[in-house]
Amino acid sequence: MESWWFTEDCYPHLPDEDSYRSIRVDLPNIHCEPETAHELYNRYLDLWCACDEIGLGIMLNEHHQTATCMVPAAPIMLGILARQTEKSRLLILGNPLPNRNQPVRVAEEMALVDVISKGRVECGFVRSVPYEAAAANILPYQGAERMWEAHDLIMKAWTTHDGPFNFEGKFYHHRQVNIWPRPYQQPHPPVWITMGSHGSAKQVAHHKHVGAVFLAGYPRIRDVFDGYRQAYLDAHGTHAPLDRLAYLGLCYIGENEKVAEEGARKLLWYMEANKVPPEWSNPPGYHPPAVAANVMKGVTGSGVPTNPTLENQMARGNVFAGTPDQVFEQIKAFWEYSGGFGHMLLMGQAGFLSDEDALKSMRLYKSEVEPRLKELVANADPAELWEKSKAMPVKDGADLGNFGIEFVR
Amino acid sequence: MMLQGQEIDVVRKGSGQPLLLLHGGGGPIAGMPFAEKLAEKFEIVAPTHPGFAGSRIPDHFNRVDDLVFLYLDLLEELDLKDVVLMGFSMGGWTATELAVANASRLSKLILVDSVGVKVGGREDRDIADVFALPSEKLAEIMFHDSSLAPNLQEMPDEQLQVMAGNRMALGVYTWDPYMHNPKLPHRLHRIKIPTHFIWGASDGLVTVDYGRKFCKMIDGATMTVIEKAGHSPQMEQPDAFVEAVLKFAG
Repeated sequence: MESWWFTEDCYPHLPDEDSYRSIRVDLPNIHCEPETAHELYNRYLDLWCACDEIGLGIMLNEHHQTATCMVPAAPIMLGILARQTEKSRLLILGNPLPNRNQPVRVAEEMALVDVISKGRVECGFVRSVPYEAAAANILPYQGAERMWEAHDLIMKAWTTHDGPFNFEGKFYHHRQVNIWPRPYQQPHPPVWITMGSHGSAKQVAHHKHVGAVFLAGYPRIRDVFDGYRQAYLDAHGTHAPLDRLAYLGLCYIGENEKVAEEGARKLLWYMEANKVPPEWSNPPGYHPPAVAANVMKGVTGSGVPTNPTLENQMARGNVFAGTPDQVFEQIKAFWEYSGGFGHMLLMGQAGFLSDEDALKSMRLYKSEVEPRLKELVANADPAELWEKSKAMPVKDGADLGNFGIEFVR
Repeated sequence: MMLQGQEIDVVRKGSGQPLLLLHGGGGPIAGMPFAEKLAEKFEIVAPTHPGFAGSRIPDHFNRVDDLVFLYLDLLEELDLKDVVLMGFSMGGWTATELAVANASRLSKLILVDSVGVKVGGREDRDIADVFALPSEKLAEIMFHDSSLAPNLQEMPDEQLQVMAGNRMALGVYTWDPYMHNPKLPHRLHRIKIPTHFIWGASDGLVTVDYGRKFCKMIDGATMTVIEKAGHSPQMEQPDAFVEAVLKFAG
C-alpha cells in the first residue's frame, strides 16, 4: 500500500457563515487577508515538506474562487515541492483538463516538474467539480469527452520525440506540437484519473491508469471499483493489480480515542464549511437531467450534508479516525469490502487543525498503520480479494442521499 | 420531420400566412393561448430546438448558428414563402442571425425580448447571467408578477427533468460568448425586411433599454413595450401581445 498525504490548503478564517451565501465562486476576496494567506501557504508547504521527511507521498489539487482550497494553480505548488523535497513522489490530482484551454501547456508543465524533480511526478487528470464551471467560464457539457480528448493530446505530446505533430480534434486544435522538455520518466509519468461511477471507470481501466475515488464510501465504492476491475479484465485479460486503484478518505489518528475524535472533528470542517447554493453546484450540462432536477428542487441542495456527524461519516467510510489499531481495522474493513486498492489517499489537514496535531497523526500513521497496510496489500491476490468482496452483503453505511456527487472529481 | 438527418419536432397549426416561431430558453410555447389566437390568422410553424423538451442534441451542435442552418433547411424543405419570422429571447437571436444569413423567404421579422447582441461596454452585464442566479432572483427578473414563476418544489419530477434538460440545452447554445454574437452588430445592415421589437416593460433579463439599443441597430425597426410583463410578454399579457403582433404583421 502506498500512502499519500493531502490537504486542500483552505482559508478557514471566514466571517459568520450566515453572512454569505456561498463559500465558493462568489465569496468576495476581501475576506482573504494577504498576510494570513501568506502564512497559510507556507504552513501547508511545510506540512508537505514534512511528508518528505516522514516518508509519505505528497498529494495536492486545485480549485478556483473558493476558501475551501486556496490553490488555483496546482502545477505551481508542484513546482515548489519538486525543488523543496527530495524523496516523496508528487501526486497532482489533478489537472482539471476540461477547464484548461491548452492541454499542450499542461503537458509542458508536467514535463517540466517531472524533470526538475528527477521523475517524481504522478500526474492526475480530473473532469473537475461543478463549482468550477463559473470560475473557469467553461460549459461542463461533454466535460468527460473534453477530458479524454485533452488526455490523448497530452499523452501524445509526452511520447512524441521526433518533432512536431498535428492535432485537430473536436475540442482542441494544435498544429505544431513538440514539447520541451520531454518528461524525465519514460515513456511518461504515471497517470491517475478520478472516477465517479461504473461508467467513468471503464476508460480509465482501458488505459491501465490509476483510478482514484474520493469519498464514495461503502454505498458506492464497489460500483466504481467493480466497474474498473471488470473493464480491466475484459480489456487486458488479467486482473487489475491493486496498485491501479486508489481511495481517498479523511483520516485522523491520535494516541488515544479522545484525541483522535477531537482531531477528526476538526477535519470535518472540510465538509461542514462547504456551503454552496444550487446555482453553483448545478451548472448546465454537468449533471445528467435527473440529478440536475433534484438539485433544482433543492432535494440535495449542494449535495453535501450541512451537518455531517463524525459517526455518520465514519460509518460511511468517508472518515477513518481513532487510535492506530482502530484506524488500521477501519481501513482494512473498508479495503476488504471494496475489493482492495493499492493507494490510500489521506486528507489529513483541514480547517483549524493545528500543524502540530496534523504532524502527530501523520507520524502515527507512518509508524503504526502503514506497515500493517503494506503487509496486507503485499500478501493479497486481486482476484481472490474481488471474489471475497462480492460475497460480502451490501453495507449501506449512513444514507446521505446524493452526498459525494460533487466531491468525486 | 427529418432535417439534416435528425428528427425535429415541429408543431404546425392554423392557416394563413406562415409564421415561423422560434422559442426561447424556457422551451416550446406553441401551445400557449397567444399562439392559439395567432393561429386564427397565421399558419404557425414552431420547431423545437434540438435539446429542448426532452429531445436529443446532435453531438456536433454547440452554437446558435447550428439552429440557423437547421431552420434555413426547414424553410426550404417546407417551401415556405413570405414568412413572418418571430423569435423569443434566444430564439430572437436565432431569428436575427437567420434574417442576416438569408431573408429571401421572409417578409417580416419580430423579435420578442431578444438577446443576441452586446449593447454596452466590456464590463457591463448587458444580459443577466441566468446560470448564476438563485431561483428566487430568477423569478424576479423573468416575470412582472413573480408568483407566475414555476414552483420547483411542487413540480412533478418528470417536468422538472425536462426543465433541467432545457437549461442544459440553453447552456449549450449560449454559454460563451454569453447570449450574443460579437459579430452580429456588424452584419445587421443586411436585414432589410420590416422589423419590430416587442418587449416586456419589466424584463430584467434584457431590459427595455437593451431592447431600444438593439432596435436602433436595425434600420427602420420599431418597438412596442408591453406594460405589466417581464421577459415573456406573450405569457403575462397575451392580449396586448397578440394585438402588437397583428398591428405589425396582420
